[in-house]
Amino acid sequence: MPLLDVKGLKTYFYTNRGVVKAVDGASFTVNENEIFCLVGETGCGKSVTALSIMRLIFPPGKILSGKALYKEEDLLKIPESEMQKIRGREISMVFQNPMNSLNPVFTIGYQISEAPTVHFNLSKKEAWKRTTDLIRDVKITDADTRAKCYPHVLSGGMRQRTMMAMMLSCNPNLLIADEPTTSLDVTIQAQILDLLIEIKKKRRMSVILITHNFGLVAEFGDRVAVMYCGKVVEIGDVTTIFRNPLHPYTRGLLRCLPIGYKRKSKLGFIPGTLPSPIDTPSGCSFHPRCEHSTKSCKLREPELVEYEKNHFVACHLYER
Amino acid sequence: MIRYVLKRIIIGVLVVVAVTILLFLFMQLLPGDPVTMIAGERVPPAKIEEIRRSWGLDKPVYLQYFYWLSHVVVGDLGVSYVTKLPVSLLVFSRIAPTLQLTLTSLVLSFIMGIPIGMVAALKRGEGVDHALTGFITFFYSMPSYWLGLMLMLIFGLYLKILPVSGSFSSQSLILPVATLTLPSVATFARLMRTETLETLGEDFVRTAWAKGLPMRRIIFIHILRNALIPATTMFFLYLPWVVSGAVIVEAVFAYPGMGQLFYKSVLRQDYPVIQSIILIIAVLTVVSNILADLLSAFLDPRIRIGGRRE
Ligand SMILES: Nc1ncnc2c1ncn2[C@@H]1O[C@H](COP(=O)(O)OP(=O)(O)OP(=O)(O)O)[C@@H](O)[C@H]1O
Ligand code: SF4
Ligand SMILES: [Mg+2]
Repeated sequence: MPLLDVKGLKTYFYTNRGVVKAVDGASFTVNENEIFCLVGETGCGKSVTALSIMRLIFPPGKILSGKALYKEEDLLKIPESEMQKIRGREISMVFQNPMNSLNPVFTIGYQISEAPTVHFNLSKKEAWKRTTDLIRDVKITDADTRAKCYPHVLSGGMRQRTMMAMMLSCNPNLLIADEPTTSLDVTIQAQILDLLIEIKKKRRMSVILITHNFGLVAEFGDRVAVMYCGKVVEIGDVTTIFRNPLHPYTRGLLRCLPIGYKRKSKLGFIPGTLPSPIDTPSGCSFHPRCEHSTKSCKLREPELVEYEKNHFVACHLYER
Repeated sequence: MIRYVLKRIIIGVLVVVAVTILLFLFMQLLPGDPVTMIAGERVPPAKIEEIRRSWGLDKPVYLQYFYWLSHVVVGDLGVSYVTKLPVSLLVFSRIAPTLQLTLTSLVLSFIMGIPIGMVAALKRGEGVDHALTGFITFFYSMPSYWLGLMLMLIFGLYLKILPVSGSFSSQSLILPVATLTLPSVATFARLMRTETLETLGEDFVRTAWAKGLPMRRIIFIHILRNALIPATTMFFLYLPWVVSGAVIVEAVFAYPGMGQLFYKSVLRQDYPVIQSIILIIAVLTVVSNILADLLSAFLDPRIRIGGRRE
């Protein structure tokens, strides 16, 4: 029984340039107490998938269809008031850019204490105690003074720690980390990731780690889903995928991965460019870039099928 | 912080001095001889020269200026050419009605403009937004003398429910206040709509949603607190504008304030009065600007500590 089961999620943006099919039928599951990675090139819909699960898609965006089953409840169907109780408390999210993700006019202590105050009705004193504990948990020294700081005096790494303290404040079961380190410099990146893993182990929660970087997947991930053009094209255990990548796109991504430089390595080079999300190619959306593409690839969209146990792929080469 | 305030005050004083110099030079360029204003018509030339000497108008301009300035500094604004009364007496009795008019209108504009702008932004693209934006554009672009006349026509002459001029009852304040308020409501609402829309798109608002905060908390704490900073600053920056705007409105409604006095003095070339009123507005502008700066530093921690917004 997975913790989160996303099925056929479709989220489109109705812009004046046309309909952006940001997520177009993505399916995957996240198990309890695992690190689930979501990888793919920029613009393939990773962030929008995460925001759709949190139901934080605002006009002109719209979640058209699909399910996101969490503890047997469909997050996409429940009323907004129920969803509010889940956000921040059951599922929370750390964003890509810690510079702008904190409110400039409130102290970090206030911002960290907000969610527990609202979700658990804590008194001022209890909330303050919890806040300083959380600040210590994310390894910021001198918690009592730091709590009174405004975000702009903190460095990027400190802000991301603050963000984590904020999102962990109600002990969520699932933390979505959307490229939590891309905007930080390399040494800080490693610290933040180590902290994330340490907290994950301590609290036994699940993490969806969104990243460009297959090196990180290899180092930290339990399972991984590869996204392309708003769809999940391959999904399985990290070891399985590295040992036996099936989808031509996954193979392309892994091909140029240098061994030994795990954290620094970027995705491999694949000929062609990412198609515009406004008019995605017919059939298998990877066909213009795929060396194995056939006629039926242009006509019919491949379905996600289980090739071996717990290893799914969406490609005509593997359909039986 | 204290050094910063001192610096602002010194700069402010210099600005006011510069304004008075320009003003003095400008007055010299105006057509007409003030002595004829003082003396009235049909006065023998000998008498004219005597008056010119006794009022110090025969001296070079820079001496006249220093003479005037040295008196202003100790609170003596000179004597009106026309009424021969001390200008301070004339002007100071007019300040209170003008401040009553302008402050009432500013406070009303602020109180009404903020929610209108916020609602328009939160309902962006919906009917409410179009209606409110229409209202904003309508009054924002309307000249105040015309608006004043229209209000007078509708409420005073056709409906006969409000007095059209003077200041004899609190009722007679309604139309002048409305004339000044409607365009500035529009100004505040416009600013607030833009600011709210901008804040709505900020990443930290998404963070607030992701924490599971209820919508009213996001709107009234996270968004409002940020979007209010420019509007509050605007309150002070706008004060001198409204006082200047009151000139026309007071003239239209024969409202006995500083603006009306200014209007009449211009017609009569009563230079000392004109100079004094412009001086008061210049000082007011400088003081409001300093207040606006201090207030935004107080409201925005990025300015408060860093010294300047990056
Ligand atoms: N608010 C929006 N309005 C219009 N289009 C949007 C909006 N948000 C996302 N999109 C579009 O949806 C597509 C998917 O975006 P998304 O942010 O999910 O990509 P991503 O995989 O997270 O990329 P990155 O790695 O760069 O973060 C992109 O083409 C993007 O332009
Ligand atoms: S379905 Fe066809 S085009 Fe798509 S990845 Fe498989 S082989 Fe390539
Ligand atoms: Mg993204």
